Amino acid sequence: MDYSTFRQFADSWGLLYMFLLFIGVIAFIFRPGSKKVSEELAQIPLKEDAEDV
Amino acid sequence: MRNGTEPIILGAATLLAVLGAAFAQDELFRAHAWVLVAVLAATTIVLMRRVEFAPAGQTLPPKDTSGYMDDVIRFGAVATLFWGIVGFLVGVVIAAQLAWPWLNIEPWFNFGRLRPLHTSAVIFAFGGNALLCTSFYVVQRTCRARLFGGNLAWFVFWGYQLFIVMAATGYLLGVTQSKEYAEPEWYVDLWLTVVWVAYLIVYLGTIVRRKEPHIYVANWFYLSFIITVAMLHLVNNAAVPVSFLGVKSYSAFSGVQDALTQWWYGHNAVGFFLTAGFLGMMYYFVPKQANRPVYSYRLSIIHFWALIFLYIWAGPHHLHYTALPDWAQTLGMVFSIMLWMPSWGGMINGLMTLQGAWDKLRTDPVLRMMVMSLAFYGMSTFEGPMMSIKSVNSLSHYTDWTIGHVHSGALGWNGMVTFGALYYLVPKLWNRERLYSLQLVNWHLWLATLGIVIYAAVMWVAGITQGLMWREYDDQGFLVNSFVETVSAIHPEYVMRTVGGLLYLGGAFVMAYNIWRTIRGDVRQEKAMGGAAAVPAAAPAQ
Repeated sequence: MDYSTFRQFADSWGLLYMFLLFIGVIAFIFRPGSKKVSEELAQIPLKEDAEDV
Repeated sequence: MRNGTEPIILGAATLLAVLGAAFAQDELFRAHAWVLVAVLAATTIVLMRRVEFAPAGQTLPPKDTSGYMDDVIRFGAVATLFWGIVGFLVGVVIAAQLAWPWLNIEPWFNFGRLRPLHTSAVIFAFGGNALLCTSFYVVQRTCRARLFGGNLAWFVFWGYQLFIVMAATGYLLGVTQSKEYAEPEWYVDLWLTVVWVAYLIVYLGTIVRRKEPHIYVANWFYLSFIITVAMLHLVNNAAVPVSFLGVKSYSAFSGVQDALTQWWYGHNAVGFFLTAGFLGMMYYFVPKQANRPVYSYRLSIIHFWALIFLYIWAGPHHLHYTALPDWAQTLGMVFSIMLWMPSWGGMINGLMTLQGAWDKLRTDPVLRMMVMSLAFYGMSTFEGPMMSIKSVNSLSHYTDWTIGHVHSGALGWNGMVTFGALYYLVPKLWNRERLYSLQLVNWHLWLATLGIVIYAAVMWVAGITQGLMWREYDDQGFLVNSFVETVSAIHPEYVMRTVGGLLYLGGAFVMAYNIWRTIRGDVRQEKAMGGAAAVPAAAPAQ
């Protein structure tokens, strides 16, 4: 694969792939019900001192 | 017999180092190999004294391996403080060398050799040890699991110190591959690779055997830092050594490819070493110190992915107006500007964690330190993208403005968040009720802040002066100023920069004293911070 082909692939399909992946991540973060889950997860560092390994 | 293997391995390594010195291809490699011999021999002797034997017919009681593995973190905390002071001190020395050139002492202590010693000492020795020890602390607490791999964590810690010593002594001797922030030559790079792989194994292994189902976001940041630094290190340092026992090597890349690879590395060292790793610290220690969950966990995940997707493309902004293709320069600029969003999202997330607890800032100088670090994070991540805009960069590039920007980020964000984390960690690690003195923490905070403000402000002035003088043409089209005129014009700023550095170093000495007394178990009798807060609150009306 020469430079131009590689470059063309990167700035078309490659860019689209990365963009969709990122949008997918954001969509997943805001999925229904995620607010409650994330509020529980945020407690992880605060609850740990009470318990042991 | 216990602890018997380590001195044998180190003894053998010492012997190999002697052979390296004996068959060295050049004098620099010979000198560097003797440094290695000295370090390894001393370590071997120390380790020989730790060998334990069971009395005849008995066996040694098994070592206690329950609970968290905190010994290595205690060493890491002290090492962070030690290397911090070394790095700040060398920084003050080179600042003074720029103001008073007679301070350059040939050949070992001139600016050219001390400057990489300063940058590597503060980024990799101070910052690196801070990341090592806090990541080991955070991963155990948030996974509720002991560090994986037993003594492998000790290997990571001591192996990393050996890397620092070899890199630093190499710079002083004149061993360098002249890639910024990646100066060590091929054999030191190979050693760091071994240590880094061990670090990854310890970290991943601990995550794999976690008892907490979810991997807390701080660990995502730490893990991305470990993996990305491994990738950057391997690619940028790809080189062919001239001989097996010589210092010199040639990069696998040439010309503009080499430059772009270097700044892909250089900028992501900022992005993943100094940003992602330290954000891991922020997402654990700010909620702990404020005793409140992070403002928005979902925002922290967006922060993470946006940072990962964007940062890796920003490197070309270091090569504006060079032989790099124009589209690549623009790409670097555009991605840098997009970085405003995750950076400020992260800063807001950190600051808003104090929502409903802002009053704690009156009584808790450690929390103040963390808030100050977030303020500097926000400021320097605003300044950076602005400087990456080509028209701004045409004024700021190659001037001291860049130096000022780097220091407001490094001293303000990385330094302050590390100090905050250490002030939180030390009483926990040594089982102390509290720090020796909160007043001294406050002194440290304001000495450091004043130092940074002076530093950044005078570097703005110096940088813009330089930029304007360099681009000044007369009506005939000739440059108005010779280079040396632009140097003498900023001499006052160079002197004041040294003062700023001295204040920051002074703050670090205050911290060292405070931490030392805390570890000793002393508690200073002092007035509580925040005035009225010291008086017990009046009983509520019946």
